[in-house]
Amino acid sequence: MSGAPREAACQHVAARIVEKTQENARTVMLALDAALECIPGQFAMLWLPGVDEKPFSIAGADPLSFAISRVGPFSERVHALEPGDRIWIRGPFGAGFSAAPGRALLVGGGYGAAPLAFLARALLACGGKVDAALGARGVGDLLFVKRFRDLGAAVHVATEDGSAGMRGRVTDVVRPLLRAGGIDRLHACGPEAMLDALASLCTETGTPAELSYEAYMRCGVGICGSCEHNERLVCRDGPVFTIPTGHASGS
Amino acid sequence: MCALPSTSPDLSCRIAGVRLRSPLVLASGIWGTSPSLLVRAARSGAGAVTAKTCTPEPRRGHRNPSAVDWGHGLLNAMGLPNPGAEEEVSLLRTAAKALAPLGVPLIASISADTVKDFGAAAALVAQAEPSLIEVNISCPNVQAEHGEMFASSARSAAAVTAAVKASTSIPCIVKLSPNVPDIAAIARAVVAEGADAITAINTMPGMLVDAESGMPVLANRSGGISGAALKPIALRCVHEIAAAVSVPIIGTGGVLTGTDAVEMISAGAACVGVGTAIVGRGAEAFSFILEELTVWLRERGYASLDQIRGRTQRPCSPSVTNRPPIPGTHVS
Repeated sequence: MSGAPREAACQHVAARIVEKTQENARTVMLALDAALECIPGQFAMLWLPGVDEKPFSIAGADPLSFAISRVGPFSERVHALEPGDRIWIRGPFGAGFSAAPGRALLVGGGYGAAPLAFLARALLACGGKVDAALGARGVGDLLFVKRFRDLGAAVHVATEDGSAGMRGRVTDVVRPLLRAGGIDRLHACGPEAMLDALASLCTETGTPAELSYEAYMRCGVGICGSCEHNERLVCRDGPVFTIPTGHASGS
Repeated sequence: MCALPSTSPDLSCRIAGVRLRSPLVLASGIWGTSPSLLVRAARSGAGAVTAKTCTPEPRRGHRNPSAVDWGHGLLNAMGLPNPGAEEEVSLLRTAAKALAPLGVPLIASISADTVKDFGAAAALVAQAEPSLIEVNISCPNVQAEHGEMFASSARSAAAVTAAVKASTSIPCIVKLSPNVPDIAAIARAVVAEGADAITAINTMPGMLVDAESGMPVLANRSGGISGAALKPIALRCVHEIAAAVSVPIIGTGGVLTGTDAVEMISAGAACVGVGTAIVGRGAEAFSFILEELTVWLRERGYASLDQIRGRTQRPCSPSVTNRPPIPGTHVS
């Protein structure tokens, strides 16, 4: 956010899909041939002309990637695309995660893990250590377990049906990790209930945290108010918010 | 550098008897969806805040893309998403209560499909006792459903104004469209029916096309142009309305800086609407613009907004016309 009026436009760019990877039962990773100057935690709008436009976390910058889970008619259409097909992007939008050295715990709930492998790479690049706690309803909904292991992160898994890792919620694996100490900061993305539970845990253990919220977004530029969450605009002030101050992260 | 006078210029102004501590008004459609965001605008420096336009029935609004920053402002077609006038009453009540301690008046905003429904919507939102009611007869993004907008003709604009005035004693502001051949005639017609103030202007219809797909960018195909590109259009409209009627004008369209606000007030605006500035300048746009306006006035020795208001109405002096120098004369 700056005091000077901004000149730069943020219009759509037509990108071509160069790679499509199945990540889990309902998530594909699309790598595109376009570039965006962005940081982990920021998002972009993906547009299929004549269909719809929706916000997605940026899952990687080089190549520019998005992890798309099939949750509705728009993501259904995106899943039908193949390498060589085009998709339109605009962005980046919002405040992202900050990368600092130290030991970070990355917590992803379901497809909320989308921006976290990108963040893990940024943290490792600046000399940090990464633990990942991934939760989902079942093994088919877990996202990025292999990607985190390939990065050398310690991965802790929880599923509600017990089909992988510990049976329970991801907060059940996070709680002992935070209470044991040694975690310098926590970064999370996932359902609101998970983020609220993590906020309590972080406050209790005095762990600084950055939490990325999901919201129904319309304009993406902070004027329509559709994404308001606790008096803040998720698209503009967030999606990443810091705990305990509640202000947007510094990025 | 000379020392600046220590006193700050008086930035207060009035709309229909309602005092505003600052001339900046949060424009309708920006943030007005929730009481807490209206409070945020008030804290940032808005002198009054306008809620999102509500309609008798709830509206979902248009699909995305619904707002695009194209480099010279914004093109948007949100499609008046709102929870409906009945639900809006409780939101307005909450907002009015939160704004009262800040001394910032609340402006409700209404729209409807028929003249009669405008009256009904006004009566409904009046229950929340907003300080003012803005009558939005000029949204460019709902024409397909409503037919021609009410702001298109003096007769229909006047009919809506009369219906609203008959439904409530709360002062009403009529929001006009720039997309008419003679905006002064529309202004005279609504003032004749009792409009207490005018907001000029709503967005100007426009369209963006994506070159690669050959498709309109907005899901609604066309939308309303706001921001920098709208400023010259708004300045002309405000100038013409100010010459035609004596009610206060909320000059709205492309005010991004303190200098823009000076220009709008110079054209005859009583106060200034701010909306799209938030895209480029963030939540603190109001405080930035207020600071710039204060410095501008102070550096030139103006003590109040009255001293700059309506300067464009003065007749052009021969000394500032673009005449070539007469050969042989000395130009000092």
